[in-house]
Amino acid sequence: MITSDDILETNRMITENKLDVRTITMGISLRDCAHPNIKNFCENIYDKITRSAEFLVKTGEDIEAEYGIPIIHKRISVTPIAIAAEACRTDTFVPVAEAMDKAGKAVGVNFIGGFSALVEKGFTGGDRTLISSIPQALASTDIVCSSINLASTKAGINMDAVREMGEIIKRTAELTRDEQAIGCAKLVVFANAPGDNPFMAGAFHGVSEADKVVSVGVSGPGVVKHALEGLKGKDFTEVAEMIKRTAFKITRVGQLVAREASKRLGVPFGIIDLSLAPTPAVGDSVANVLEEMGIESCGIPGTTAALALLNDAVKKGGLMASSHVGGLSGAFIPVSEDKGMIDAVNRGSLSIEKLEAMTCVCSVGLDMIAIEGDTSASTISAIIADEAAIGMINNKTTAVRVIPVPGKKVGDTVEYGGLLGYCPIVPVQNKFSSDAFIARGGRIPAPIRSLTN
Amino acid sequence: MKVVVTIVGKDRIGIIAMVSNVLAENNVNILNVNQNIMDGFFNMVLIAEMQDSQVKLKELQDILRAKGKELGLEIKVQHQDIFSAMHDI
Repeated sequence: MITSDDILETNRMITENKLDVRTITMGISLRDCAHPNIKNFCENIYDKITRSAEFLVKTGEDIEAEYGIPIIHKRISVTPIAIAAEACRTDTFVPVAEAMDKAGKAVGVNFIGGFSALVEKGFTGGDRTLISSIPQALASTDIVCSSINLASTKAGINMDAVREMGEIIKRTAELTRDEQAIGCAKLVVFANAPGDNPFMAGAFHGVSEADKVVSVGVSGPGVVKHALEGLKGKDFTEVAEMIKRTAFKITRVGQLVAREASKRLGVPFGIIDLSLAPTPAVGDSVANVLEEMGIESCGIPGTTAALALLNDAVKKGGLMASSHVGGLSGAFIPVSEDKGMIDAVNRGSLSIEKLEAMTCVCSVGLDMIAIEGDTSASTISAIIADEAAIGMINNKTTAVRVIPVPGKKVGDTVEYGGLLGYCPIVPVQNKFSSDAFIARGGRIPAPIRSLTN
Repeated sequence: MKVVVTIVGKDRIGIIAMVSNVLAENNVNILNVNQNIMDGFFNMVLIAEMQDSQVKLKELQDILRAKGKELGLEIKVQHQDIFSAMHDI
């Protein structure tokens, strides 16, 4: 029997600590849409997306109202377009991105992901067409997200793709310079990308997934921080226990929402992504959780250990609360989307080098970091290579979503609004060059730990 | 379906009467009530069964929200499952 205290606790989590379900994401396979004529292909995907997701937004809103839990975003992920559109006889996939944009807007979702390619071992023709289409595709659409997987523990790192993506990111920034390079906020480069991630910009519908699935990403750093406020001076065993208990409760809500959405939409339940996803709102910050543990300002020594504990305890608590866990599942550390991270950069305690160290123990990687617009393509590629190496060697997902904002220098701030937030330009080591390293190309061989058979 | 009604606001005469009237008019059966006054603020948590009700949860939410507004109260009606999901193992 639930008590009044339980009820008040849940409602306090929602109203005061900003507990929410970050997203209900419907994954849709486009493998049955192939057609040699790109116009027919675009019609096929428009029809399939709008038919499959017709009631997604309404269902999300109904669940939100009935249970009183905010569901911030409703999103769609699709089969990587490099695969789905490969049969098209064309040299550009920009019209495909535009069809995705139109379909997503028609059903009212916030984002549609899957303008993607999986090239960790090499490129096909479709992969090359997709990658070269990214800058224009992101400039001429609003809600399309793009991701490239260019490394894995099993395959190593495709350094040709690393080099190319540095240039693509620069080009994307240039084409969206009027909007402070917002195109780069919708573009992420991965190592070990999961095919069932409901979070953007990296969501795509993996090739081994069912025709359609519904996955849910939970959130709630504010709830964890509030729980830790009662544990001042207590040891880490108690801190970890409290985070586990809190993550369990948060995830149970996600599981309920996922089950209801799946039932009402008649689409199988995929996974719950146990992520602590921050927002730029006050009191919804992962950095503040670390600071609650005793780190005076995020980024100083101790931060990585605090994040490791948080990330692990979130998984342990959440795992028991859901029948299927997947996606990225851990703590996100985006900069522009987390008020505490932004404050830490402004205070000078958080650098990109420390963020890189933190990515060894968090769920993803260098995320939503605005850098100077004249950062060279090879420096961006080298940042990607470092992140990919961390992911490859540690058998985890890592990613890079940096935004070289044209015309901006350290000391400036860029503002994107909404969940994307705002960000001071973060300094990057640029006195020395990585040109010769990036120019080599080829593949960094798969590490010894890939040989597990 | 069981629902949880939570009411918060400045205390005044007739809050419980108003809520129970609305529930009775809509064939919603009250199962459990927990109410107190803290610093002049009225707090109530009420669990009710609405399987025999002629209205849907959304309509009941709208009716109670409007009534609450008249009396300066915040009234929420939620499906009980969100609480049992979080607190019952």
